Amino acid sequence: MLIDWFTVAAQALNFLILVWLLKRFLYQPILQAIDGREQRIVNELADAGTKKAEAQKDRDDFQHKNELFDQQRASLLSKATDEAKAERQRLLAEARQAADALSAKRQDTLRNDAKNLNQAISRQIQQEVFAITRKALMDLATTSLEERLAEVFIRRLREMDVQAKECLAEALKTASSPALMRSAFDLPVEQRTAIQQTLNEIFPTDPSTPHGTSIPVRFETAPDLVCGIELTTNGQKVAWSIADYLASLQKGVDELLQDNDKGESKPSSEPKLQVKPETKPEVPQPEAHSQ
Amino acid sequence: MQLSPDETVFWQYGFFKLNATIAFTWGLMLMLAVGSKLITRKLSTELQRSRWQNLLEIIVTGIETQIEEVGIHHPRQYLGFLGTLFLFVASASLCTVIPGYEPPTSSLSTTTALALSVWVAVPLFGIEEQGLGGYLKSYVEPTVIMLPFNIISELSRTLALAVRLFGNMMSGAMIIGILITITPFIFPLVMMALGLLTGMVQAYIFFILATVYIAAATRTSEPKPAAKT
Repeated sequence: MLIDWFTVAAQALNFLILVWLLKRFLYQPILQAIDGREQRIVNELADAGTKKAEAQKDRDDFQHKNELFDQQRASLLSKATDEAKAERQRLLAEARQAADALSAKRQDTLRNDAKNLNQAISRQIQQEVFAITRKALMDLATTSLEERLAEVFIRRLREMDVQAKECLAEALKTASSPALMRSAFDLPVEQRTAIQQTLNEIFPTDPSTPHGTSIPVRFETAPDLVCGIELTTNGQKVAWSIADYLASLQKGVDELLQDNDKGESKPSSEPKLQVKPETKPEVPQPEAHSQ
Repeated sequence: MQLSPDETVFWQYGFFKLNATIAFTWGLMLMLAVGSKLITRKLSTELQRSRWQNLLEIIVTGIETQIEEVGIHHPRQYLGFLGTLFLFVASASLCTVIPGYEPPTSSLSTTTALALSVWVAVPLFGIEEQGLGGYLKSYVEPTVIMLPFNIISELSRTLALAVRLFGNMMSGAMIIGILITITPFIFPLVMMALGLLTGMVQAYIFFILATVYIAAATRTSEPKPAAKT
């Protein structure tokens, strides 16, 4: 008999014990380890998913902020540009105003300078004219300037037209005070006498007057008369002065300066472009050395 | 010449006896239990783990996958019983490389014991899953006429399980024994290698058949899972 029933029973029991032992020592621990690891992997995957979602969210946030920042930057930049443009316009206007003011001031200064220069020139000319005249007269003749003045005055008196003479004679006659003879400098006695004689000669007086035939004349020095000499009596005046010449000279100089000023203040319109015909570039020719 | 290790009796007291089959079975049990205990003593749930743990995980998950592929939806419920069947038969045949060892599965008593275990376990699992009525009803399906055939099938397949395993294991050991007496060198080694292969195949067949019986007994109206390729 191949089957031993005791052995069958024992083997069945052994098998059941082995099932229990392997369940206890093999399947449960191994399956638990596998489950633990799977759980761990699932957790890690879930964690990674969460982190990925968070990262995606952070990335979206960051992008959104970035876009916002770009927009803000662009708007700020455009605003700053506009402000800078406005500031530039304002500064330019200010600078233009300042330049205009400075230019006007400069023109005023130039005008004043010209005026002062005119005055200085006229004074200088006056003095120079005196000096030159004096020197010329001294050089040309033995007579002094005073003598010439007196001579000129006397000649004028003589050359007066009839109507003027009558007016002056009338004035001399009716004068209650002596005629006033004013000159820029003291007339020497000869000249005084000459003038007195000439007056007596031209305007013969009535010998019955208290003064007799002589016309009463009072000589006076008046430095404000510019190298002149004048006779005043009872509202009538006969005068000769270099001031007239000086006045005309002054007028001439002023006109000249005004012309210059106009020339300065009104510059000729835009410089004209000069169109020159195009010239062919010159080809440097070797110099022919002629012996 | 002895056909079964049952015939080698070390100790006997009346009905009780200690023969080579029981002794070798104990040895295998000791080896499996202690080996498992040693390896699973420090299991790691980390991604890094020892190669022994890897080996055991491959074996256990492999068995689990096989059970599931047969059509059982909760393989872990039957893993203890079916997995132990496979591991015991497989280790019994693998240990034939040890000189002086005789596989306990070459004893008809052992294979009968295993077949009886399956014979008892199948209705128990079936009743547990479908209830007593549901399980008994499966005997009269599709018609009552099938009842005797179903009962015969139940008995015959148990007998077939026992005899198939015994025949293969016993013949393997027998062939090697005969060959060693005829050609002591080289050729018995080839036959031993072939014996290892047939041993593994037999372990797989025994395990798969038991799984199929249990799957048939526990089949409920649950939807079939998608067939795996």
